[in-house]
Amino acid sequence: MRRHRAAYCAPHFLEFFEAQVHRAITTQRMFRPGERILVAVSGGKDSLALWEILLRRGDDATGLHVDLGIDDYSQESRERTEEFARARGARLIVVELRAEYGMDIGTLAEGSGRAPCSACGLSKRYLFNKLARDGDFTAVATGHNLDDEAAVLLGNLLHWNMDQLARQAPVLEQTHPHLVRRVKPLYRTSERESAAYALLRGIDYVIEECPHSRGARSLLHKDVLNRLEAASAGTKQAFYWGFLDRLAPVLRAGGPPPVLRPCGQCDQPTTEEVCAFCRMTARAAARQSARASSLP
Amino acid sequence: MGRRARPAEGSCGVKIRLHHPRRDLEISGRRRVSGILTELGLDHEAFLVIRGDALLTSDSEVGDLDEIEIRPVISGGTTDEAPCAA
Ligand code: SF4
Ligand SMILES: [Zn+2]
Repeated sequence: MRRHRAAYCAPHFLEFFEAQVHRAITTQRMFRPGERILVAVSGGKDSLALWEILLRRGDDATGLHVDLGIDDYSQESRERTEEFARARGARLIVVELRAEYGMDIGTLAEGSGRAPCSACGLSKRYLFNKLARDGDFTAVATGHNLDDEAAVLLGNLLHWNMDQLARQAPVLEQTHPHLVRRVKPLYRTSERESAAYALLRGIDYVIEECPHSRGARSLLHKDVLNRLEAASAGTKQAFYWGFLDRLAPVLRAGGPPPVLRPCGQCDQPTTEEVCAFCRMTARAAARQSARASSLP
Repeated sequence: MGRRARPAEGSCGVKIRLHHPRRDLEISGRRRVSGILTELGLDHEAFLVIRGDALLTSDSEVGDLDEIEIRPVISGGTTDEAPCAA
């Protein structure tokens, strides 16, 4: 792997990758003794690699898969996730958007006027926290890697999203009793390394992409960062880790996190009277029934 | 067509599986993995090259009858706060 200017053979690479994740977990104090972890698993390389490592470490790690109802992509993603869990005897919770809320990402996005990825991100964040609370989990782990975090950092800096910059971290502590801690144990390792790890561990993950990812801004940011990385190995790591070391503490000291209160409809924490997820589903449902009643 | 990439037809070149969209190509002659990526115009950092269940390094050589897969490592999509890794 170029970042470390070293070529590894397969067993050493697996050892290296697992050690990096272990190091992320311990140095950032991600898990406390007896932690009940809910791992958000999409069926892609990062989340399955993360789940594999947590299971190998002997962590109490239950998977959570959200079936987004995006055609073949969602079907394949769900099958790979269920197969992974079955083969390892791991506990998996599957939530199907259509069954729970009567809508999939397509209809939610259309009915609420949001872009699909925005409706999807909001739904996932909401469901991760809700399911974690419902099941008494104490931490939610996601598979965001170094490339993801560096791309988000670049986007946040380009637009000076100060609130989001202040919240970008490998651990998001519990700032409200109803908000479950969120951790990103892959923040030290690259996307390429996740893919290599999954391959070498024989993990059968979804390679095809969600159709909504085409043209995503995050891909452009990743491409720019990869070009910088090609010209100078280690750039991405220096960029993101440097942010965590130097700028993140300054931003966090700048003010307290926003005040949260329970949503009037669903009890999930929010800064508003009714949370964004309840507003989105209500708007989409209203649009759906208006359309149904206008049919001859 | 010489050493240029062309769609697979069942002759004896290096068979290559690509993704996004899934498709197969075949190229003739022996060459390095890095050369194939360059010829196909692919960013070396953004793909894994795989033969069987082994990962090939960029200076590995492949030749006739080899079957390789060029697998993208970059996932896209974005949520409000981060790309959709979960
Ligand atoms: S690409 Fe967008 S819609 Fe598809 S899974 Fe990712 S965030 Fe969701
Ligand atoms: Zn709500």
